[in-house]
Amino acid sequence: MNRRPLLVVLATGVVCVVLALVAWLWWYPQAEAPAVAEEPVPIGGPFTLVDQDGREVTEADFAGRYMLIYFGYTFCPDICPTSLQTMSTALSMLDDEERAKVAFLFITVDPKRDTVRQMADYVALFDPAPIGLTGTKEQTDAAAKAYRMYYRVPESDTEDYFVDHSSFVYLMDEEGRYVTHFAHDATAEEMAAKLGEVLG
Amino acid sequence: MDRTKRRAPVWAVIALLAGAWLTGSAGAEDAAVFRAGDVSVEAPWSRETTPAARAGAAFFRIVEAGEGDRLIAASGDVADRVELHEHVMEGDVMKMRAVEGVDVPAHGTVDLAPGGYHVMLIGLKGPLVEGESFPLTLTFEKAGTLGIEVRVMDIGHSGDAGGHAKHGG
Repeated sequence: MNRRPLLVVLATGVVCVVLALVAWLWWYPQAEAPAVAEEPVPIGGPFTLVDQDGREVTEADFAGRYMLIYFGYTFCPDICPTSLQTMSTALSMLDDEERAKVAFLFITVDPKRDTVRQMADYVALFDPAPIGLTGTKEQTDAAAKAYRMYYRVPESDTEDYFVDHSSFVYLMDEEGRYVTHFAHDATAEEMAAKLGEVLG
Repeated sequence: MDRTKRRAPVWAVIALLAGAWLTGSAGAEDAAVFRAGDVSVEAPWSRETTPAARAGAAFFRIVEAGEGDRLIAASGDVADRVELHEHVMEGDVMKMRAVEGVDVPAHGTVDLAPGGYHVMLIGLKGPLVEGESFPLTLTFEKAGTLGIEVRVMDIGHSGDAGGHAKHGG
């Protein structure tokens, strides 16, 4: 006598789970669909910064070339040099003609310590070397914001602080539009293959 | 006399092969191995820095021949502070945090490598120059203290191919 209600409850439960699964399978692909729309991805935009030679540059200076961009800071002990080296190695895998179509940019999010002089010393360590871009805090903040970079510069009285930041490599087309990005663990081979595909 | 002469080329070949094997294996090991008790620390390295740099990181492989150990401290005069750190991915943001120690599994290895565990050098007293080296002292729970020499490499250096992996025992 007592087992009947239990069975009903169980059966109802099973039916509910099955219905939920069917509903999920039915709706899930449709719910995902709008994300694949053909609208331009809102990453990137105008910037005004200062290069390692002290010259003011804007996105217009790179028009007609692809931009391979990394945001970081020179006092970054490990993550930034690793990413920049991956980019540098990927570029060295391209032929001269392809490489000439790409502007390799390193934009600091820590302009307080990353002076023009410091950027010049730092970028020179890489071969091929990135163009090192700094500026006023407002300028670098605006550039980072346009690229939806997350970063947090801690309040510090000393020179010894670390900046948490998202570690992406952005690839933008000749008109400054977003093409793709690479995660921190992308290899130079993967990056070079994608660059070859886009440039070719 | 004759017999010795005839055998000389054979010995020469053996000597050459042995020499090639020795230099070959030394090259593969990247020379430096430092040992204390059951612990070996292999090929410590660091990246070159700019003249004004304030921070650096040191990397190496720890090989444990015994029942397991734990790296609990690192110290040295190269920087104001020398700490054990690791990188952790939180969402899309790579964050660095200090760790109490790094466990080395029994009969296993642990890599302190880019993107993972490292010895953090905070407040460098001078730039790290490619080709130079600096001493660090590591302290293990069981093996005790171990002095190592860290070689400063090109900024593009990333350790060996498996640099990102942390190997278990």
